[in-house]
Amino acid sequence: MLRLLQIEFIKLWNNRASKVLIISYFVLLTSIALIAAIKFDIGPVQFHLADQGIFNFPYIWHFNTFVTALFKLFLAIVIVSMMSNEYSNKTIKQNLIDGLSKKEFILSKLLTVISFALISTVFVFVVSMILGLIYSDYNEMSIIFSDLDFLFAFFVKLVAFFSFCLFLGILVKRSAFALGFLILWSILEQVVFGLLGWKVMSWDSARIIKNFFPLQSMSNLIKEPFTRLSAVQNIGQQIGEDMKFDYHTYWYEFLIAIVWASIFIYLSYVLLKKRDL
Amino acid sequence: METILTVNHLTKKFGYLTAVNDLSFTIEKGNVYGILGPNGSGKSTTLGIILNVVNRTSGDFSWFDGNTTTHEALKKVGAIIERPNFYPYMTAIQNLKLVCKIKEVPETKIQEKLELVGLWERKDSKFKTYSLGMKQRLAIASALLNDPEILILDEPTNGLDPQGIHQIREIIKTIASQGTTILLASHLLDEVEKVCSHVVILRRGENLYSGPVDSMLASHGFFELRCGQLDKLQDLLEKNASFGKIENFNGTLTAYLKEEMDAESLNKMLFEKGIILSHLVKRKESLEEQFLTLTKNN
Repeated sequence: MLRLLQIEFIKLWNNRASKVLIISYFVLLTSIALIAAIKFDIGPVQFHLADQGIFNFPYIWHFNTFVTALFKLFLAIVIVSMMSNEYSNKTIKQNLIDGLSKKEFILSKLLTVISFALISTVFVFVVSMILGLIYSDYNEMSIIFSDLDFLFAFFVKLVAFFSFCLFLGILVKRSAFALGFLILWSILEQVVFGLLGWKVMSWDSARIIKNFFPLQSMSNLIKEPFTRLSAVQNIGQQIGEDMKFDYHTYWYEFLIAIVWASIFIYLSYVLLKKRDL
Repeated sequence: METILTVNHLTKKFGYLTAVNDLSFTIEKGNVYGILGPNGSGKSTTLGIILNVVNRTSGDFSWFDGNTTTHEALKKVGAIIERPNFYPYMTAIQNLKLVCKIKEVPETKIQEKLELVGLWERKDSKFKTYSLGMKQRLAIASALLNDPEILILDEPTNGLDPQGIHQIREIIKTIASQGTTILLASHLLDEVEKVCSHVVILRRGENLYSGPVDSMLASHGFFELRCGQLDKLQDLLEKNASFGKIENFNGTLTAYLKEEMDAESLNKMLFEKGIILSHLVKRKESLEEQFLTLTKNN
């Protein structure tokens, strides 16, 4: 297993573009701390974002995982190209000839993806912990360590998303087209949802079906955190809107995303096995 | 003799096209094999199948004693297919280290192999800066990293300039002289003739011949003869049962043998009959002539 990771590490780390993207990704993860510096000071209106409670435990787990998950696109580029470059350089052929089995090949990519997700999760955990300890109004142990399932959701979300990227890289074999396909797919999910609700069934049932789409299932893992902010809640109450949403992630939402991740990895393997190189 | 590779009734179809048709042959340790065939005769497809990158339609093959999986066996094989494939952004050393990881061999051989192919001074240059000849030589170095039981080369001199071709041939000869089994696919007959002891000849995916180069045709060779009394000579030879076809071309007689005869006894026989030769050469058909005969007749 270590050998497979080392193989992938040599390939990635010697590629300047990948190296730059990976480093920028982790710098961006850290940069979430900069949000604390957002301050508006316009005469009577004084606004310091850090004072609005976004760094309060346990809310910070929700907020930070949601925001940092947006940066996953950087790694998506790395992952799609690490897969499709093997095709364009024909190095996949040479790897197999040199004695890597097709299973090991997919496994080395999967292990890399899981490592990326794991390191990101640890990173977000550490950054959030530090920010929380500085800014949070509540510092009791029990509160700090509640709602940690957002971190697990973050991990699953990244693994599922990156597996999708891997699969697209193998399927399309060209990184630019694969990324285009990714965007196309996200639009497609919305279009299908729209068509279902408009023509085929009620909007409620369409919404249920939409939750089974791959990208939607991944975004369901961490729901938007903004309406949970007290400031936003206050405004909501003033205009008489009930803003009680369910923020928690349910076991079946995890299950759907994990099933999709497994399907993508399995399909990648099948594709690789069936294709002549 | 130890068997390295056994191929049994291998068939590969690309849709309606049959690239390899019911192909069988075995590779024994210590010989240098050539796979011959015109372009599109299925050479590369066959190599692709035994190297695990092309899926077979039917038939089977086994490496060594048949007890190892193909990808484990490939760790004891060195192979280059068509074009050298490496990571363009990595240096020669980095690329070879990666191969060592894949083949699970220590990195200690890298220097030795790079020196063998004459690339040690350029070890820290990126692969993409290499010329085609250097790329091909790096591929050979990479294939040798594990001191393979068998070296498989597919068109190793394709696209190279004469100097590059010469360098690659010298390297192949060096490797062959060290006792490594070599399987060389090529459509360049003189290339195969120069290094191979055994050949497999393919045409449209079918096996026309496999065996030693010498016994490819049941031929005893031919004489090229010149003398002052050409008509008398031709007459004499036509009556001799040892000779088959006799051709007269530009004052030179070419007499094909039906049975073994050496030049000395022919010379003696003709002298006794009063014919004095001005030119006497005994030759075997070149591989090219044999190949053309073989592919024409079938």
